[in-house]
Amino acid sequence: MKAINHVAGRAIPFGRKNVDTDVVIPAHWLKTITREGLGRGAFEAVRKEPGNVFEDPEYAGAPILIAGDNFGCGSSREHAAWALLDMGVTCVIAPSFSDIFSGNAFKNGILTVALPQAAIDRLMVVAKTDPIDIDLETQSVTTPFQDRFTFAIDAFRKHCLLEGLDEVGLTLAQDTAIAAHEHRARADLPFLATTSRAA
Amino acid sequence: MSSTPRTLYEKIWDAHVVARRDDGTCLIYIDRHLVHEVTSPQAFEALRVAGRKVRRPDLALAVPDHNLPTTARRDSTGGKIPIADVESAGQLAALTRNTAEFGIRLIGESDPEQGIVHVIGPEQGFSLPGATIVCGDSHTACHGGLGALAFGIGTSEVEHVLATQTLLLTPSKTFEVRVEGDLPAGVSAKDLILHIIGVVGTGAGTGHVIEFRGRAFEEMSVEGRLTVCNMAIEGGARSGLIAPDAKTFAYLKGRPYAPKGEDWDKAVAWWTSLATDPGARFDKSVVINAADIQPTVTWGTSPEDTVAIGGVVPAPESFADPSKQEAARKSLDYMGLEPGQRMDAIAVENVFIGSCTNSRIEDLRAAAAVLKGRHKAANVKWAIVVPGSGLVKAQAEAEGLDRIFTDAGLEWREPGCSACLAMNPDKVPAGERCASTSNRNFVGRQGPGSRTHLVSPAMAAAAAVTGHLTDVRELT
Repeated sequence: MKAINHVAGRAIPFGRKNVDTDVVIPAHWLKTITREGLGRGAFEAVRKEPGNVFEDPEYAGAPILIAGDNFGCGSSREHAAWALLDMGVTCVIAPSFSDIFSGNAFKNGILTVALPQAAIDRLMVVAKTDPIDIDLETQSVTTPFQDRFTFAIDAFRKHCLLEGLDEVGLTLAQDTAIAAHEHRARADLPFLATTSRAA
Repeated sequence: MSSTPRTLYEKIWDAHVVARRDDGTCLIYIDRHLVHEVTSPQAFEALRVAGRKVRRPDLALAVPDHNLPTTARRDSTGGKIPIADVESAGQLAALTRNTAEFGIRLIGESDPEQGIVHVIGPEQGFSLPGATIVCGDSHTACHGGLGALAFGIGTSEVEHVLATQTLLLTPSKTFEVRVEGDLPAGVSAKDLILHIIGVVGTGAGTGHVIEFRGRAFEEMSVEGRLTVCNMAIEGGARSGLIAPDAKTFAYLKGRPYAPKGEDWDKAVAWWTSLATDPGARFDKSVVINAADIQPTVTWGTSPEDTVAIGGVVPAPESFADPSKQEAARKSLDYMGLEPGQRMDAIAVENVFIGSCTNSRIEDLRAAAAVLKGRHKAANVKWAIVVPGSGLVKAQAEAEGLDRIFTDAGLEWREPGCSACLAMNPDKVPAGERCASTSNRNFVGRQGPGSRTHLVSPAMAAAAAVTGHLTDVRELT
């Protein structure tokens, strides 16, 4: 995973609530066996709406997306995170995120910043004309107008994002504990510890 | 032993902690991993690139379902009919290749046991009460109907489970959904879960696992419980749970992967101990009165947009939240509906009976009971019944249900995800409506511009007969 500390630039003022991952990337884009190239399908249906922010040249290449409550609900497709990355988005700001999406975003080095609705409303205004700055180290979002909002983030996630750590590698280092659990489970819960299929 | 009363969720969690971090995050052991073609290729590729192995291939089971066409798979001479879509064929071939390379059992596309991953797991006895179960699909919540802690994961997590058989997780909060009383006659598990999501909203379960409690769930069949838990994710909860009981055990006994002999007795004893202790605390609770529930349908583009079949399309102004008003306006525009329109006067051109929510034998029996001796209405252009697995298909055919469907003018298909998600040839045309037993009415979910009304299997059958959304109780 690529380390991430600072995201600065224009933000796409989308603002919509309950954006599901079918909206981020429709199912017909999921027939791929790679992670690349999904930006072309990102927000496909929204891009057909007149005056939508994704087709507005003002926000072309913007690294930040601002959305409403419950962003990324619905399907577990990690393709939603890959599509955002492919369109250049490395930070999403919203009042709340679905659990699965925030995990997928984290694992791809996309920063999800949860802020109260009032802060979102303010950033939506700023985003129309000016850049926004997100600093992970100090957990703060700032604007050229002296706005400053701080956000919470899980300490472990912050550490992984700042260092660009490989979570699989970290867990593999705990092999002794995993093997110990498997040993216990074979004794206590043998019906879960293994599988066997009747002929 | 701790004497603090614990919930079902907490008991399963505690039994799976491999390591606990100071911040409360735990490394959790995963007992069962279901794999399908869409969310796994990039995970296997990452293992290959890093030179990593699958730690426990015996705890994984793979089956193609999402993009497999549901039309005939063999020609009249028994030869395999190739899949026309090149990308789908490529993804299916990748699953075959990857499972062979990493030693995972694949129930392949021409296997008589092939089906939707969430139908296969319980049906094979691979999914068990008290187990931690994951799959790269949000409807993994489904297996909670057996009393398993089951949840959907992304592809990076699929890779993590393949490599380590664990996931690093933060404990969820607990959310009790208690349904008091009995469901009225003609009201199904699907109506109940649609009603519940309508009451709590799609964001209510975020950060939580839901435990469904109350007599309605105790009285419900295992198939019904799977339907309910399947849609926990539509209430924002990664998992739904219903305590395992004698019905669960009877459902599982003798299934291919179910424990046998001494292991079975040991399993039943442990499963019986998992129910939430009296006095255990939930982080939040809602109570719903079963007697209030009618057959329920959706009017909008979010699963929370539900209304009783006897009701009308709501006015956007009727919602207190201004952003919900705006969302409702957009939904009604997309759905081509006007506030005040009677739900049971909405005509449908398409009917879909299937999906991991409603494609088990009980669902097909409920639909067939309505369709028996009847025929679909002339305005219904496309009506398909897609069994959840090859075994469900064989059972339905043994009971003559396939004949009831085809006599009624419905198509009888091969198992798969089908028209639930528009990534295989089964799609609803733009601007047309579908009475669908699936789980999501999102914009474009059944195809670009498609308009979905979520319903139960009996309600879908009723809509096929009359050509419009219909209270099935008027037909029986």
